[in-house]
Amino acid sequence: MGLFKSTFSKIRQGLTATRETLLGGVVDMLRGRTLNDELIDEIEARLIRADVGLTPTRRLIDGLRADYKAGKISRGEDVLEYLKRELKALWPEEDRRLRFAPPAEGGPHTPTVILVAGVNGAGKTTSIAKLAKALRDEGNTVLLGACDTFRAGAVRQLEIWAERLGVDVVRGKQGGDPGAVAFDACDAAVARKIDVLILDTAGRLHTQDPLMRQLVKIRDVTARRIPGAPHEVILVLDATAGQNAIRQAQEFSGAIGVTGVFLTKLDGTARGGVVIGVREALGVPVKFIGVGETLDDIQPFEPDAFVEAMFATE
Amino acid sequence: MFERLSEGFSTALRRLSGKGAITEDNVREAMGDIRDALLEADVHYDVVKQFTDEAMRDAVGREVTKSLEPGQEMIGVVHDRLVAMMSPADGSEPGVPRASPSPTVVMMCGLQGSGKTTTCGKLAAYLKKRGRSVMLAAADLQRPAAVDQLRIVAEQVRDEMPGGATVRFYAEPDKVAAYGKAVGVAVDVCKRAYAEAQKQGVDVLILDTAGRLHVNDELMQELERVNTALKPHQVLLVVDAMTGQDAINSAKAFHERLAIDGVILTKFDSDTRGGAAISVKHVTGAPIRFIGVGEKLDALEEFHAPRIAGRILGMGDVVSLVEKARDQVSDEDAERMAEKMAKGQLTMDDFLGQLRSLRKMGPMKQLLGMLPGVGSAIKDVNIDDKQLDRVEGIVNSMTAQERKHANLVNNSRRRRIAHGSGVGTTEVSQLLKQFDAVSKLSKQMSGMGMMGQMKAMRNLEQAGAGAMNNTQLPDMSGLRTRGSTHTVSPKKRFKQRKKR
Repeated sequence: MGLFKSTFSKIRQGLTATRETLLGGVVDMLRGRTLNDELIDEIEARLIRADVGLTPTRRLIDGLRADYKAGKISRGEDVLEYLKRELKALWPEEDRRLRFAPPAEGGPHTPTVILVAGVNGAGKTTSIAKLAKALRDEGNTVLLGACDTFRAGAVRQLEIWAERLGVDVVRGKQGGDPGAVAFDACDAAVARKIDVLILDTAGRLHTQDPLMRQLVKIRDVTARRIPGAPHEVILVLDATAGQNAIRQAQEFSGAIGVTGVFLTKLDGTARGGVVIGVREALGVPVKFIGVGETLDDIQPFEPDAFVEAMFATE
Repeated sequence: MFERLSEGFSTALRRLSGKGAITEDNVREAMGDIRDALLEADVHYDVVKQFTDEAMRDAVGREVTKSLEPGQEMIGVVHDRLVAMMSPADGSEPGVPRASPSPTVVMMCGLQGSGKTTTCGKLAAYLKKRGRSVMLAAADLQRPAAVDQLRIVAEQVRDEMPGGATVRFYAEPDKVAAYGKAVGVAVDVCKRAYAEAQKQGVDVLILDTAGRLHVNDELMQELERVNTALKPHQVLLVVDAMTGQDAINSAKAFHERLAIDGVILTKFDSDTRGGAAISVKHVTGAPIRFIGVGEKLDALEEFHAPRIAGRILGMGDVVSLVEKARDQVSDEDAERMAEKMAKGQLTMDDFLGQLRSLRKMGPMKQLLGMLPGVGSAIKDVNIDDKQLDRVEGIVNSMTAQERKHANLVNNSRRRRIAHGSGVGTTEVSQLLKQFDAVSKLSKQMSGMGMMGQMKAMRNLEQAGAGAMNNTQLPDMSGLRTRGSTHTVSPKKRFKQRKKR
């Protein structure tokens, strides 16, 4: 299932800002230098400024310091290799492809259901549009469910994207029950023999208990209408977010069982280093990254390329 | 966190107590903890470094006084410094100035998803409440349906929010285009909005601009052009309170281009520690004027540095807790309740009502976390909100008579209630006892002054009611713990029951 042909150059392009402001600088800083305590402190500062977080940073730095004291590392270039190796090791081999419903054998048609959730302003609707386009371009029929009945203009926003893509939207009343929209969308997806149904939900802070329960209800409704649904639960995380993203990931995962992360807004100067902490806390892979405003600005997350791109020098 | 910080300083300074002045070595380790706390709260690395260096300089040379808790004192120093860092340099009040001639122009700007459009609505509601007429102008021509969203928000403010002033909406929906297609058009839309606002005699014109990345030169230029054309009286940067280290980069870029006058921090109702507040203030020097604290249009508050400083240090936020409570209980309700309590007429129905409004405020763990000192203590404790379901169940299984007069409940009734709510009879007894203790206490307390009240609370605490360990119920208003019954002999318990 070759969803989204990944090209190293495209990720590098998306991460230009990251490289220039953060680790591109590391390369210059390290080249031809001999390691010392001051240099190690500087590397630590750079990791923290990338939102990597105190605990993962400390672990990386402690390891580096130990190797330095033991005389295993002394040249700046070796430090780079060390950091790359350690950062890559944080992303174990795992399946980062989208999960699809198993093909129906003689039984009724089973659409794949993707439930998308996240805090307000993370970029859910835009990410859904990108995902829908990529799926459609691969020959899938796609249906969108507008379960954000709360925010003013949210349904319209999804509809405008859908019109541009030529896919249908199932919608309910403004202020209505999002569970009912999910219900209708599932039935419509089955009736129309749709391949993939993507459900957009209202942004909600993970601290708002009633809204989190509402999300559980949406999930339960889909599970009742379509066996095995939702096949994929995508949490949309903003790359500019700080350490609170870990709390978000924990709470959303506790409520609806997140199966993958979509990391958005990597085209700015934000480094998205918090995904390292999220990976540790959740054990769930980052599946996609958003690197721009157009519908094609979606990339599969590939740790090696991610790290390589961070250190690339042009 | 707060405990850890203050502990760190205490250990460092205890050895010194009465011996002399603080040296750098004494506090280095403790200062390291402060540094970690700030970094974990997402304060920018460079800001943290500067802050701890300065705090260190401050501390070194200070006399350690015998009478004070030195650890607490150091935390106090740190806290005050944080407050000073976040407070406006000129001591100016939050709020929107009055320009003459009107309209006062306020331009909102920020990254995508920071909450500009919602905040525009909240600011309009804030102004409407204060009798100032508003026009909301849709200058976001890029995000699909952004204009629709602002129109709906404007209508909601006009129709649903309190205050007498008019709320208008200005947009040119035919100018909307895809991302990057209509750059510059927003400038003309804003100019025409200004002319319209002037004609209609509007007091404040709020411009809702499109979210943009600070590295997108073309779009940043568009903002500069709006800024030059309309010369807004206030340029407000809208920043997501959950932002990490990058807050400093984006705030700096917006400030360099637009010379922002103030910051609005959104999504402060999350559990973020909000270190971005310090970073943004540090890099722009512009005061934080408002914070967004909820989905509703009235959820905009003026910014108070001490409260956020406490939150960043993990000291809890009692004020927010009180405000949450106020959202749930009206003044009249509170007064009626106080009267009942004073007369010792508290009923199980009142108790249930209170329990329900308490639960509406959020999960118990989150509420308790707002209390100073409780946050870290319950970090790993699993507080089960289902316990409260059972309490509700027990009260629901009582008759109306029993709820009014809890002392009617005898053995047979107790069994019936237990059966009805699916719990053991001991749990029913437990609840009744707790209820009894609370209503007695409230009657006692209402007759006392402040000091007496505190004494009574302390007595209750010493009786084991304030302990957090082994609680059946999360500790509310001095409810007694399950463990406490074991100290009463069966014989004594029987006597107590008979008395009742």
